[in-house]
Amino acid sequence: MGVADKKTFTVVNHRVEKIDALALACGTAQFTDDVDIRGLLTGRILFSPHAHARIKSIDTRAAKKVPGVLAVLTHEDLPRVRHTTAGQGYPEPSPYDTLVLSEKARYVGDRIAAVAAETPEAAEEALSKIVVDYEVLPAVFDTLAAMKDGAPIIHDEDDSKNIPDAQHNICAKFDFEVKASEWFSEADVVVDQWYQTQWAQHCALEPHVTITYFDGDGRLVIRTSTQVPFHCRRITARVLQLPVKSIRVIKPRIGGGFGSKQEVLLEPVCAALSLATRRPVKIELSRKETFISSRTRHPFVLRLKTGAKKDGTITDAHMEVYCDNGAYGAHSLTVMMCSGSHTLPMYQAKNSRFIGRSVYTNLPVGGAYRGFGATQGFFAWESQMDMMAEKLGLDPIEFRRKNYIRSGEGSPVFKAMGEGREGIEQKIGSCGMEECIVKGLEAFGWHERKKRNAAQTGVKRRGLGCACLMQGSGIPEVDMAAASLKMNEDGSFNLHMGATDLGTGSDTVLAQIAAEVLGVTVQDIIVLSSDTDLTPFDVGAYASSTTFISGNAVKKAALHVREQILKVAARILDEKFEDVDLKDGKAVGKSGRSCALSEVANTAFYYHDQHQIMGVASHTATSSPPPFAAHFTEVEVDTETGQVEVLAYVSTVDCGTAINPTLAEGQNDGAVLNGLSFALTEEMRFNAAGAMVNSSFRNYKIYSAGDAPPFRTILIPTYEPDGPFGAKSVSEIGINGPQPAIANAIYDAVGVRLFAPPFTPEKVLAALQAKTPEKAPVRAQ
Amino acid sequence: MAKTKGRGVLKAKDGRIAITVNINGREQAWTVAPGEYLLDVLRREGYKGVKKGCDNGDCGTCTVLLDGKPVLACMMFAAQAHRRALLTIEGLGTPDKPHPIQQAFVETGAVQCGFCIPGMVLATKALLDENPDPDEPAVRRALDGNLCRCTGYVKQVEAALLAAKRLKACKGGE
Repeated sequence: MGVADKKTFTVVNHRVEKIDALALACGTAQFTDDVDIRGLLTGRILFSPHAHARIKSIDTRAAKKVPGVLAVLTHEDLPRVRHTTAGQGYPEPSPYDTLVLSEKARYVGDRIAAVAAETPEAAEEALSKIVVDYEVLPAVFDTLAAMKDGAPIIHDEDDSKNIPDAQHNICAKFDFEVKASEWFSEADVVVDQWYQTQWAQHCALEPHVTITYFDGDGRLVIRTSTQVPFHCRRITARVLQLPVKSIRVIKPRIGGGFGSKQEVLLEPVCAALSLATRRPVKIELSRKETFISSRTRHPFVLRLKTGAKKDGTITDAHMEVYCDNGAYGAHSLTVMMCSGSHTLPMYQAKNSRFIGRSVYTNLPVGGAYRGFGATQGFFAWESQMDMMAEKLGLDPIEFRRKNYIRSGEGSPVFKAMGEGREGIEQKIGSCGMEECIVKGLEAFGWHERKKRNAAQTGVKRRGLGCACLMQGSGIPEVDMAAASLKMNEDGSFNLHMGATDLGTGSDTVLAQIAAEVLGVTVQDIIVLSSDTDLTPFDVGAYASSTTFISGNAVKKAALHVREQILKVAARILDEKFEDVDLKDGKAVGKSGRSCALSEVANTAFYYHDQHQIMGVASHTATSSPPPFAAHFTEVEVDTETGQVEVLAYVSTVDCGTAINPTLAEGQNDGAVLNGLSFALTEEMRFNAAGAMVNSSFRNYKIYSAGDAPPFRTILIPTYEPDGPFGAKSVSEIGINGPQPAIANAIYDAVGVRLFAPPFTPEKVLAALQAKTPEKAPVRAQ
Repeated sequence: MAKTKGRGVLKAKDGRIAITVNINGREQAWTVAPGEYLLDVLRREGYKGVKKGCDNGDCGTCTVLLDGKPVLACMMFAAQAHRRALLTIEGLGTPDKPHPIQQAFVETGAVQCGFCIPGMVLATKALLDENPDPDEPAVRRALDGNLCRCTGYVKQVEAALLAAKRLKACKGGE
């Protein structure tokens, strides 16, 4: 077995310390705004106060006269280039419906004008002096109502592109059907149910922030908190009609993204202000601005109509989704499709149908968000699975066990549904679902808890719930990642990658992969990610792709470098090439003689066959191996108040080889806790005029250390043949579990099923009260 | 002419005021506007480890220690720090010589994006100064004002408990 497919490791699968952790813990690591730039101007954006309004005129004269104001821009000052803010591979599968500064307000928070000023105070004053004459239009805030004849048309301009049906506010559509027999003809049991998920936001602790300036050669530098530096360069160049070569995007340390920074939002505005003033400009959104104007998780209305035989075989799966995209169509096709493409293959049904529509409304814009449609899809699916099991009289876990996809199996859905286009045929390589279930049940103490809960009385009732999940690992035949690796004379290596560490630890994980191939430690790998001038291309950090796709690119680059090292070392050691190995920072021959890597590098630099030892490699995947997970929870429901308390939560996850188990656990922990507050508290709420009413962390509740219920992550090792050293993705899958697992547990506890998260006390209590009194566990009122 | 007013705050030119702050063990003289927040002044003066996550007193990323107690720099005027002692993350330890709390955060994998970590580390410092032997609920209470979206707090709680253990062992050995 060669180094490429070895299964025992010295660096990979070890709990290596995150390479940037110490600098971050000491406050020396630099985020976007942690540099001082002389002459930096404050950029600010004027957001629409109306949900839907035509702009009759904008008067910027008074704003421009404010002392210290250097530029005031509106749509009239910028090239009229329709684009999507979604940072996706080109051509993006989202409609081109957006202008950098809008000529029509489509939601409260739409960008109308931008100012640059010497001080924040002058910028603020200038914003207040921009006079916009709005003609307020009727607005639509309901997903289904927006598609009806006569609803206000939100995109009524003729220069938008790729909107399938602007007259009915449909910004993306996708239908698919596989039919083996008449629909529901073989089903003994049918469940037909609607679900509705809520508006939510990413809440990265670092708000969106961008700094733009011109370097000494007059090139535009964009220092920005982004997940997609190369897409950012391409989109900014296009919308401002600048040559790509005139722009350099630098990604410093990023304070979290979760998908929100897969959008190219601030960069074109900030760059336009720098172009107008020839000065460095910073735009940093306040928390409130982040809430009202950046991106959200698309809320979904879903219908599942499913059938099964008495023995528990699922026969039919009809899935209908209506994805609320808000005012613009960012990620409209892809998020909507992933709600089906990541869920339908999970349980094999002979008849399978997906009907998907993404819909414009006059509310904030949906974007990429950890889970990416699968979260919404799995809420419906895993609720439905419990309802089906109950109707069939089967144990919900056994029912899932009978139907989940196994290693070696394929699904017509893989081929039919990709991300924004047709997918690819694939068979499951690794599948650790069975171990996830077995180990999860045991660690959670499912059966003991079940027994304990059998005879309950009183006001507070406990219940158990589970959910089984899958996701993908990157977008096959779309995502491309490249890496370069260069050897230095001390035996260290520069690893340059477009792969974008946004706090995930990918710099560390990818350095571990390189170190494993080269027989060194991560301390010998100097990582640079990402800078469009210095690092090779990578699509960026999204779609759970980095470990799997960028990891394969790094591994290939390292193998190139390894081969070059071995050649030089063979000559030094007077051994055959194939007899030399790399370990402990040395080249070791069969004879036992060895030489330091520094000697190899110096030989190549100065003595024989002089050359730079370096390698570059690219990778695209032909599969997207799903990670699998099983989640188990126990809740206690107060039948007098409706309060739901999570008593225990265990999630098991099969991510193949965990390149760094500590970081993999951390990814899952974070995803699960985000999922827990998404299930119980998080919701963007709007008033009747479409303005968000809870745009602060005080009123939009994400969990703190004190709020977090006890929960635990257990990694289930498998080996994914297509992954680097057996790895597949881990970052997103965990967020998909808590909503359905908790919904199922609430039902188990008190016999009411909630179809619209978050499961607030008000909703739980209302459901309890709506239940027939004789069945209700509540005390007589 | 500058003249002393109130609690000894000096009025400087243009309505600005001169203050002195002991920051990370060194006396600093700053001229600030009366309405300027401590967070903005600290960052302007180069203490970039103090982060701005919400500017609204909700997230805890701007936590610094004022006379040893954790405060939110975004909710305090800079002038309120006059003649008082501030500790920012830069004063606790450096990558060459990290404080045991910083070391514990690194070793347990408590740092993901790291934006909340300076505040979290300082909140831990304040806790351990007051209670060298906290249990998990005490740690969770102490970190309750510091939001993190990456980690689920699991490894951060672990880090605080590990740091407590180490600091106690250290003290015991003295």
